[in-house]
Amino acid sequence: MTSRRTNTYIGAAIERFEDLRFLRGRGIYVDDVPHATTLHAAILRSSVAHGLIRVLDATEARRRPGVVAVITAAEIGPVPVIPIRLAAWPSLEPFVQPVIAADRVRFVGEPIAVVVADTAARAEDALEAIALEIEPLPVVADRDASAAGAILLFPGAASNRAITYEGRKGDAAAAFRSADYTRREHFSVQRHTAIHMEPRGIMAEWDRIWGRLTIWGASKVPYPNRKILAGQIGVDPALIDMIENDAGGGFGVRGEFYPEDFLIPFAARHVGRAVKWIEDRREHLIAANHAREVECTLEIACRRDGRILAFRGHARADLGAYVRTNGVMGPRNVAQILSGPYDVANIEMDVELLLTNKTPAGTYRAPGRFEADFFRERLIEMAARDLGIDRIAFRRMNLVPTTAMPYALATINPLESTTHCDSGDFRQTLDRCLAEFDWATKSRLSGADREGRRHGVAVSCYIEGGASGPREDARLILEPDGTLSVHVGSSSVGQGVETIFAQIAADALGVPIERLRSVRHGSTGLVTEGFGAYSSRSTVMGGSAVLDAAAKLEAQIRARAAARFGCAPDAVLLRDGTAIGPDLAAIDYAALAGDGLVADGTFLNERRTHSYGAHAAHVSVDPRTGHVAVHDYVAVEDVGRIINPETLHGQTVGAIVQGLGGALLEHLVYDGEGQLLTGSLADYLMPTASDFPVIRGVALEEHPSPVNPLGAKGAGEGGIIPVGGVIANAVADALAAEGVQPTALPLSPPRVWALVEAARNGRK
Amino acid sequence: MKPAPFDYAAPNSIEEAVALLARHDGAARPIAGGQSLMSVLAFRLAAPALLVDLGRIPGLDAITIGADGVTLGARVRWRDIEKDGRLSGAHPLLAAAIAHVAHYQIRNRGTVGGSLAHADPAAEMPGIAVVCGAEITIVGARGERTVAAGEFFTGALATVLDTDELIVAVRLPPWPAGRRWGFEEFARRRGDFALAGIAAFYDTDAAGRARDVRIGVIGATNRPCRLPAAEAALEGRIVDDTAIAAAAAATRASVDPPDDLHAPAAYRRALAATLLERALARARR
Ligand SMILES: Cc1cc2nc3c(=O)[nH]c(=O)nc-3n(C[C@H](O)[C@H](O)[C@H](O)COP(=O)(O)OP(=O)(O)OC[C@H]3O[C@@H](n4cnc5c(N)ncnc54)[C@H](O)[C@@H]3O)c2cc1C
Repeated sequence: MTSRRTNTYIGAAIERFEDLRFLRGRGIYVDDVPHATTLHAAILRSSVAHGLIRVLDATEARRRPGVVAVITAAEIGPVPVIPIRLAAWPSLEPFVQPVIAADRVRFVGEPIAVVVADTAARAEDALEAIALEIEPLPVVADRDASAAGAILLFPGAASNRAITYEGRKGDAAAAFRSADYTRREHFSVQRHTAIHMEPRGIMAEWDRIWGRLTIWGASKVPYPNRKILAGQIGVDPALIDMIENDAGGGFGVRGEFYPEDFLIPFAARHVGRAVKWIEDRREHLIAANHAREVECTLEIACRRDGRILAFRGHARADLGAYVRTNGVMGPRNVAQILSGPYDVANIEMDVELLLTNKTPAGTYRAPGRFEADFFRERLIEMAARDLGIDRIAFRRMNLVPTTAMPYALATINPLESTTHCDSGDFRQTLDRCLAEFDWATKSRLSGADREGRRHGVAVSCYIEGGASGPREDARLILEPDGTLSVHVGSSSVGQGVETIFAQIAADALGVPIERLRSVRHGSTGLVTEGFGAYSSRSTVMGGSAVLDAAAKLEAQIRARAAARFGCAPDAVLLRDGTAIGPDLAAIDYAALAGDGLVADGTFLNERRTHSYGAHAAHVSVDPRTGHVAVHDYVAVEDVGRIINPETLHGQTVGAIVQGLGGALLEHLVYDGEGQLLTGSLADYLMPTASDFPVIRGVALEEHPSPVNPLGAKGAGEGGIIPVGGVIANAVADALAAEGVQPTALPLSPPRVWALVEAARNGRK
Repeated sequence: MKPAPFDYAAPNSIEEAVALLARHDGAARPIAGGQSLMSVLAFRLAAPALLVDLGRIPGLDAITIGADGVTLGARVRWRDIEKDGRLSGAHPLLAAAIAHVAHYQIRNRGTVGGSLAHADPAAEMPGIAVVCGAEITIVGARGERTVAAGEFFTGALATVLDTDELIVAVRLPPWPAGRRWGFEEFARRRGDFALAGIAAFYDTDAAGRARDVRIGVIGATNRPCRLPAAEAALEGRIVDDTAIAAAAAATRASVDPPDDLHAPAAYRRALAATLLERALARARR
């Protein structure tokens, strides 16, 4: 007898369990982990972008008050390198980062020495006592210098080019030859990155007796990082515990394996004490992954009626000084995601990854997707205008039709990587977005001048890839008191996974959510393996693994109950945490738990989900100051299945604000000597709470994903993907009279002003 | 990102504070609200041996309004100016300009004296002091002196202050009723330092002509300054569209901003002219 269950928690706006803890100041971030005797580390970083270390002498620093040790490459011995976690490829190998600079530095911010002292203050003070001389080398300051190759970052390598990805589909050359219309433009997105509110941090402790390492502050990918560290430091992975604490945001940047992820555990073992390092904001800006610096020459080929035949393009990504764990993913995605939600049969997109003497790049929320969407949506807007076709009609005509699902995107070579849109009706979200936005009324404002400000509107469509494989594990435990615990390999970076997994588990087991006593995630030791929080995967992958574990746990409960009732297992009815026998006798799960029941579940999946949607914006531009104001912003997305509308809405709004930061404000600016000029939040401009008050998000669940049992699709990144394109298109719409065509982000006031001036002066 | 070690003193009088500064011969720094100095220290751009906190010195936090104008004690905070209901009448330009300074938390601590001494080229208070012809009262080991605001600022983050001198007050000359004025600035985000700002005011004679025209600029030059060419374009004229256009042209021609991280020179030059037009449009309403 199986009972039909009505879902009570999935889909409900359950308040986040986490919030009570956070709002009362009871979150435990890595810096809050109680530890009476920890030492503190500070890191000496290169202030030179490219050079040879000629003198490095820590004698004086070691004598400074409170200093316990100074660690340089000499103390480490052979310096380990940080392997590539995603899309490893032989040609990338020469460019990986050593955990500490031994004789050569390649960017401002590269670690050279670690001071360990009794307080963080004394550690930092002692940095100044380290004698350091770096003989400067000529600097590879930008992509042109990198491509020219006159100066090599790695003298052993043949060039500064790490790899060129090729996105391929159909026959673009033939399509261009036969096209009625083509247009070519050059676009660029600026270097910027995630500035999570809590900086990175690590505490490590070495247990001499048992030979164990315990590491707090793990995040995002604790299991892979444990494997990397184990290899570098020569400790069995089973003897390393990575502990996930509360995390104040990740956005792709936190939790990758950085030099500090080796240096701090090494320091702990070196001094035989716990050692803690908390990143400061300046360090974050120069040492944590940068992202998004991609420029692209892109061509579109269309039929006269507006049907897109092909994209062809060449992009160059500035990867910074090293290929980091996931550094290639953004540029790789540019090659794959270029066509977005549109049905484009022919694609030829090359993306060159070039090294420069800047902070290395990694993934930032929607890596490559934000960039590619900006390029594509700008070019589509121009093409529709050139062809005299309404820009919405143009988009609608080219959207991948439902009947074409699953729909293959370009294949990425040399990886031979393919992916498909799994399901959906892209026109539905476009139409809903236009309705929510009230396009019919607002579009009448196009180009209108109101008190000196010019108004414009735009709409863009996008897809969001999620649910990266290969697998996630989960464990459900029926505790002796009848409560339930969930352990998952997915990680939390502040996105509310405890609530989400509790909802999924409670529904799967048909128990009141109050029965869920704890949801633990991320830390190694909870489950045998875990893959982490990135690529909008935690909910889908971890949640599906929870479903599997729930089915197994139920089978165990049912078997125990059947033995008590003396009936067949399928004659037992499970409801609300109670097992009911054929004679209607009821036993609470607590009475069945014994010493506890444990079920391990897993979810294997190589097929990705693609949620999708459309964003519309209404902006106004002051042509004389170049200021862009956002008056209305509407996002509509279909995520297959909404687990929690509250947390989803938070993801959407937060991502859009970050996207607006990238579209209008944030820029990591370097000078020709490889010095970062925006080294504090006074110069690196983040959106603030009051900057963009008008954001509306609507989530749909019309088209569940066929590739996982939840039907859910990743939804952590969608909000940011189309923002650059939609804002730039709205600015173009506002200034259409002048023919202003933004091709570069951010749309800072000086840049917008210069576009207006150039257009008015008839220059290009 | 923490300051190098320093000693701390909180004297109870100006004399004591000055004596401490003098004794340390350049190695001591006064601290008021700390909203500029603390980040300088945290970045270790300065590493003074001693910080002399002005917080306990009585009498530095008064706003006095009298026949000789508005006198602001050095420790008057932005918040005090904002809260003082008298100022919208006694010095509306000051009140309007200070409304643009920073954010709530910073306004609760940042002070007039700190802003003048810090001499950020884009700061509002120095700009208002210069355009209004304020006098800055300074006390040092060698006694008291008064410096005209126009001579106080010598460059970006540079003033005539000696290391043993303290600002005690700034006096803005009286503000006649009926004076016409406008203040406009443009910042990337609310509360940021302005990319440029313009303060403009004039009195009108019986025929409605502008008299005693003052135009000051912040953010577009290495220190706050007046724009004599723009003032001359308006002096003795009816402030109409033609006169405003002439003043804007004079602004464009005379402002010589540097190129920097946040804006090229051409942008700031055009911006200053735009803001001038807008300030004058506001003034003549
Ligand atoms: C995020 C942010 C945004 C800001 N935005 C603006 C803005 O838009 N506009 C603006 O004008 N300001 C802005 N500020 C600066 C703020 O207004 C400062 O508080 C002010 O400039 C300095 O005042 P303070 O009292 O904090 O000075 P402190 O930081 O204490 O001192 C600054 C300098 O003045 C010296 N000093 C202080 N008092 C005296 C004195 N009485 N005599 C001699 N020397 C003295 C100190 O030694 C130091 O060199 C901003 C600050 C921040 C952090």
